Amino acid sequence: MSIDTDSAAAWPAEIHATLERYDVRQVAYVPDGGHAVLIQMAHDTPTMRPIALTTEEEGIALLTGAAVGGQRGVLLMQSSGVGNCVNMLSLVQMCRVPLLVIVTMRGEWGEFNPWQIPMGAATPQAFEMMGVRTVRVDRPEEVGPTLDAAARMVYDGGAAVAVLLSQRLIGAKVFVK
Amino acid sequence: MSQSNSLLDRRAVAATLLANRGGMIAVTGLGAPTYDAAAAGDHPLNFYLWGAMGGAAMIGLGLALAQPDRHVLVLTGDGEMLMGAQSFATIAMQRPANLSIAIVDNGRYGETGGQESATARTSDLTAVAAGFGIPDAATLTTMDEVAAFAASLHQPQTAPRVRVIKIRPEDLVRVLPVRDGATIRTRIQAALAQ
Repeated sequence: MSIDTDSAAAWPAEIHATLERYDVRQVAYVPDGGHAVLIQMAHDTPTMRPIALTTEEEGIALLTGAAVGGQRGVLLMQSSGVGNCVNMLSLVQMCRVPLLVIVTMRGEWGEFNPWQIPMGAATPQAFEMMGVRTVRVDRPEEVGPTLDAAARMVYDGGAAVAVLLSQRLIGAKVFVK
Repeated sequence: MSQSNSLLDRRAVAATLLANRGGMIAVTGLGAPTYDAAAAGDHPLNFYLWGAMGGAAMIGLGLALAQPDRHVLVLTGDGEMLMGAQSFATIAMQRPANLSIAIVDNGRYGETGGQESATARTSDLTAVAAGFGIPDAATLTTMDEVAAFAASLHQPQTAPRVRVIKIRPEDLVRVLPVRDGATIRTRIQAALAQ
């Protein structure tokens, strides 16, 4: 898949810089167009270990192990995968491990695929009912400060936070050729 | 089950795998593997699971990548592994040499009344692991093989390994370790810091 360079804004690099600054080592992801630039940057960063998952819930278990073992991690996914994580998020509540998830939203702004709408619409509730705080980002200039605030809550404060990158922010061009 | 006389004793298997463990971390799948590990003797480096079904192997992967100088043993059952079998693919791609997965396989969901699992008749988790790309997967049917595998946990390896260990279906006395997840987590972290 090709990335539209016109819309390849600065925010993936800002997320990457924040993750690097917080010494995030395990970058778990389910392949996703909205995260494609960030995923490639993780692959190009020697201190980061990119870990491709077959399903999102694997990432919750992986990052629990990473946290207990003393490494910081992040989980990248799109909103369609959030429901897959629900039971596995019991681990995060029970063990009180930090968790940072960065979600690209589907099923909202200009979505052409109606099958994305149900899980997209339920994404905030799915996280919140399992004790994960959500913070939504709609504008490019908010990405850097929001990621920094979330990373601080997670890695310094031990919280579980999901940052939801809105579909308006990401842009429909990433998905439709 | 005409073979049941030759199937192994799960408590003996767990005790053998966890004997003389040194700094090895053990992640135990919910249900009987957690009780088996507790019966073998409580240890601060035991990550006892009481839920998160299907997640044991991936917790093991996260720990193995974070602690490359220690061996991580995932001790789980056939039902738990079937629920997360696709994680063999993820583990095979990462190829952590310090991760071993021991699946005690009785073809039963012991915690829910002994219903048959897919491994009782049709599915072969060793072949599943190999098919997903685990470079070293094997089925063990004797205590000599288990003992040899246990000894290898303390030798440097070159790739992640899966062992499916055929055990007797039986309902043993439950030995219940600590259940509070935060306590389990802080206990492991304190032991790792020493």
